[in-house]
Amino acid sequence: MDIIVKDAIIPKLKATNRDGVITEMVDALVKSGCASEDQCEEFTKAIIRRENKGSTGFGHGVAVPHVKHVDIKTMHIAIGNSSEGVDFKALDREPVYSIVLLLSPEDQPENHLDAMEAIFSSLSQDTFRRFLRQANSSEDVLTLLTETDNAVR
Amino acid sequence: MTTATKTVKIQNRLGMHARPAMLFAEIAGKFAATITVARQDSEPVDAKSIMQLMMLAATEGTVLTIDAQGDDADSAIAELVDLVSSGFNE
Repeated sequence: MDIIVKDAIIPKLKATNRDGVITEMVDALVKSGCASEDQCEEFTKAIIRRENKGSTGFGHGVAVPHVKHVDIKTMHIAIGNSSEGVDFKALDREPVYSIVLLLSPEDQPENHLDAMEAIFSSLSQDTFRRFLRQANSSEDVLTLLTETDNAVR
Repeated sequence: MTTATKTVKIQNRLGMHARPAMLFAEIAGKFAATITVARQDSEPVDAKSIMQLMMLAATEGTVLTIDAQGDDADSAIAELVDLVSSGFNE
């Protein structure tokens, strides 16, 4: 789970709308050194384009916006929480409270699917979603992920 | 009540990622039948749930067994097998 970037865990997102949240989370990944400044806008736009084609808000208050891009060499994941909830045009039309954002290399579809499998194995559990949403610090989120990881293995 | 089962292999390079999973769940959802999907080595998941479909991590070449039970089971299996074998129109 070291693909999850600690400095890109945002327990209290400032942005209150979908595109703002995506921008804030990609920014955090850039600031953590996972992508360069000049890639920031391109990745953000690509994720928004992807989201416009079909929401990754699959229900239960979570969304998994992502992009596969040739300029991404290793997978990186940011996690964000919104206390008010964000309109992600989710399939169940409910607001989204926890967002898991992926930057994924274009040429590694297997890794992408494995990461998605890991993410949804956690997100499909009521208790995990509840604990994630309640996490107040990046440490809380990392502890939760480690515990879940251990429980799976 | 009809039961129908068929296996199908993932054809597209990117596998069953988010968009194909959405398409799959959407088509499955049109049918009244109870539909499950399973990899050879794991428990079946609900074909109408995108989250559960993503948990299959079905990469290119993965063989899936689709099982449907209900009056419209045959047409459900036919449409879903078509979708997968066409590579999700990618």
